[in-house]
Amino acid sequence: MLSRTADHLYWMARYIERAENMARVLDVTYRMSLVANSAYDETARWKPPVQIADDIEAFEKNYSGYTAANVIHFMALDERNPSSIVSALGAARENARAVRVAMSSEMWETVNALWLELRQRIRQGLREADICEFCDWVKSRSHLFRGVTFGTMLRDDSYKFVRLGSFVERADNTARLLDAKYQLLLPVVDAQEAQVDYYEWSSLLRSVSAFEAYQKVFRDTIEPWKVAELLVIRDDMPRSLHACYDELAPILEQLCRQRGMECLRLAGENHARLHYGRMADIFSMGLHEFLQDFILRNNALGAEIQRAFLNGPE
Amino acid sequence: MNINTFFDEMRTSTGSVRRLYQPFSEWLSGTDHAQLMQKSREAEMLFRRVGITFNVYGDEAGAERLIPFDVVPRILAATEWRVLSAGVIQRVTALNAFLNDLYHDQEIIKAGIVPASILENEMYRPEMQGVDVPGGIYAHIAGVDIVRTAENEFYVLEDNLRTPSGVSYMLEDRKMMMRLFPELFRRYAVAPVEHYPQVLLNNLRAVAQPGVYDPTVVLLTPGAYNSAYFEHAFLAQQMGIELVEGQDLFCKDNAVFMRTTEGPKRIDVIYRRIDDDFLDPLSFREDSMLGVPGLVSVYRNGGVTLANAIGTGVADDKATYTYVPDMVRFYLGEEPILSNVPTYKLENSDDLKYVLEHLEELVVKEVQGSGGYGMLVGPTSSKQQIEEFRARILAEPDNYIAQPTLALSTCPTLVEQGVAPRHVDLRPFVLSGKSTTLVPGGLCRVAMREGSLVVNSSQGGGTKDTWVLTGDAPC
Repeated sequence: MLSRTADHLYWMARYIERAENMARVLDVTYRMSLVANSAYDETARWKPPVQIADDIEAFEKNYSGYTAANVIHFMALDERNPSSIVSALGAARENARAVRVAMSSEMWETVNALWLELRQRIRQGLREADICEFCDWVKSRSHLFRGVTFGTMLRDDSYKFVRLGSFVERADNTARLLDAKYQLLLPVVDAQEAQVDYYEWSSLLRSVSAFEAYQKVFRDTIEPWKVAELLVIRDDMPRSLHACYDELAPILEQLCRQRGMECLRLAGENHARLHYGRMADIFSMGLHEFLQDFILRNNALGAEIQRAFLNGPE
Repeated sequence: MNINTFFDEMRTSTGSVRRLYQPFSEWLSGTDHAQLMQKSREAEMLFRRVGITFNVYGDEAGAERLIPFDVVPRILAATEWRVLSAGVIQRVTALNAFLNDLYHDQEIIKAGIVPASILENEMYRPEMQGVDVPGGIYAHIAGVDIVRTAENEFYVLEDNLRTPSGVSYMLEDRKMMMRLFPELFRRYAVAPVEHYPQVLLNNLRAVAQPGVYDPTVVLLTPGAYNSAYFEHAFLAQQMGIELVEGQDLFCKDNAVFMRTTEGPKRIDVIYRRIDDDFLDPLSFREDSMLGVPGLVSVYRNGGVTLANAIGTGVADDKATYTYVPDMVRFYLGEEPILSNVPTYKLENSDDLKYVLEHLEELVVKEVQGSGGYGMLVGPTSSKQQIEEFRARILAEPDNYIAQPTLALSTCPTLVEQGVAPRHVDLRPFVLSGKSTTLVPGGLCRVAMREGSLVVNSSQGGGTKDTWVLTGDAPC
């Protein structure tokens, strides 16, 4: 297939996944801000989402402080912010429009309808009280896109590049989310804080649709290291790092024939660390260090996919 | 001008309904206005969701507009279509013969039928002189604009031989009508048009260079911001071929390749929807970012086929138009089935004098204008507009032709107040490759404003589904 087509499909999927994750982070932050908790002032509450998106500098340049209204605007609606939900969905649609023939018409219509409805919503304005509904809407549209892709797209290379985009992005987002929360919450000092932390950890789980899964898997109170285990090395948890690489590695095995051997190696290496890694070792290395390292490795894979397949032969 | 003086597709001059339209008319009288408006809105919503939009040059960035779709079909009987289709096939066959002759031996100039001054036409491409193209076909896809003025009077308004567009509307309008009004298709035996992309693909494959066993065909688009991008994407998808941009292609060793995830892949036929000027910065406009450097050289050496060929513009120019009936006689030895509109060439001083005296009755067009830009419709223009145009003509008379204002037929059309007559034309698409054929239908354009004779979408025109019946009466 055309390199440019692969590039557009891959980035379309990445941007939709990014918008969904952004919505998850915003949603959970907003819900948590409604739980009374003296340990956090507004800044402590609203800075992490911006941190997760790696956008501190851009935010501080354009906004006066980490208030709910500012962060919501910055992350949901600000078109100057390339990782805002609006920008990500706009970019997804632009990518889709450029290669609408490479996907099923249902997929194109899903992405196009999403964009049309988004513009409608922006025209109507987004009140603070609507934020949860807005985030739910973004998530449900992303689910719809995934379902339509799964249900209608021919299983050719185009499909593989869409899936690659989704999982490279998701792995990155889950790692960032976990890292930000972990730094914020550890260590636990007294019992009252532990009580509050229950809400914090459960909110993190909910943000990646893992709350019910946690209960099913561990049947236990929420422990930070178990949360980490669930989101890093459990392969049956769809948004975990391991699950992402369970998807990525075989796709790359099929795509890498004469080209892209370095992609295959990087993916295999990352996959092996998750597949054969032990939580105890990860903790002794330091979860933060592990996650930072993972984010870099995942980025390296993204860059190599870009070079080998998407930019076209030089 | 009174609207009743025009031929109406549905009603005779006495107001009775033509037989062809009787079932439709009955259906219409049993369907209330609000219901039709509702269907019309539904169509608009569907078109928007599918993204059947076009970009208007000069509009704010990202503005995507819909071409208005009218829910009332234009209906043609089988006998009417037989004449029309034979006429356009004859015409396009002659035009292809003309292009082949012009770029080789120029017999038609030697015979004194077309003046040698045609070689000075801007659209004549000296690069193509002596170049052999597969099958001697230049205009693989031709859109012939036809207007009707009476029961049995059809005229060719112009030939579009460069990169004619609009066929996606023929296909999408039909799909929409079948969705909105399935019951009407029970009352009428409408000939299908859906196989157009297959016919096109077969023709494109047939014009690969000799010896290519399984040709790779691609569609070359200027990109997502082009006004006809939807159509490019749609056709590529329907044919199952790659939709490429200039940046996806490169030339090497007298061949054209596309950049794929598995490395370079050779291509054999390019259905290009980019104008000659932008095809190759090494041969034509240097500033073109849309083209492929070296493409023209590969093409001239037979390394790839372009559809349409380079240099077809010389044959659809409004000044060349006047010679087309003679081309039919010269190359085919036949009398033209379809007539030209009488045309005054303002380079002739007699014609110029007559036209300047009758501007308020005539339509004046730029020789190379298109899209309804740069024209004067005398009867609907103000004194001031006419005087302004007079000055432009006097400054550069060679650049204009004039024609009598044609009484374009009207067809019932849904408007705010009800169903009212609006002027229409028809563009069937003639395909040449293995043979010269067309599917029974075309792009029907309708001027949505009352009294307007300009049907171009860039001037607010809409589209209608065109029904060619398999018989002469409804079923």
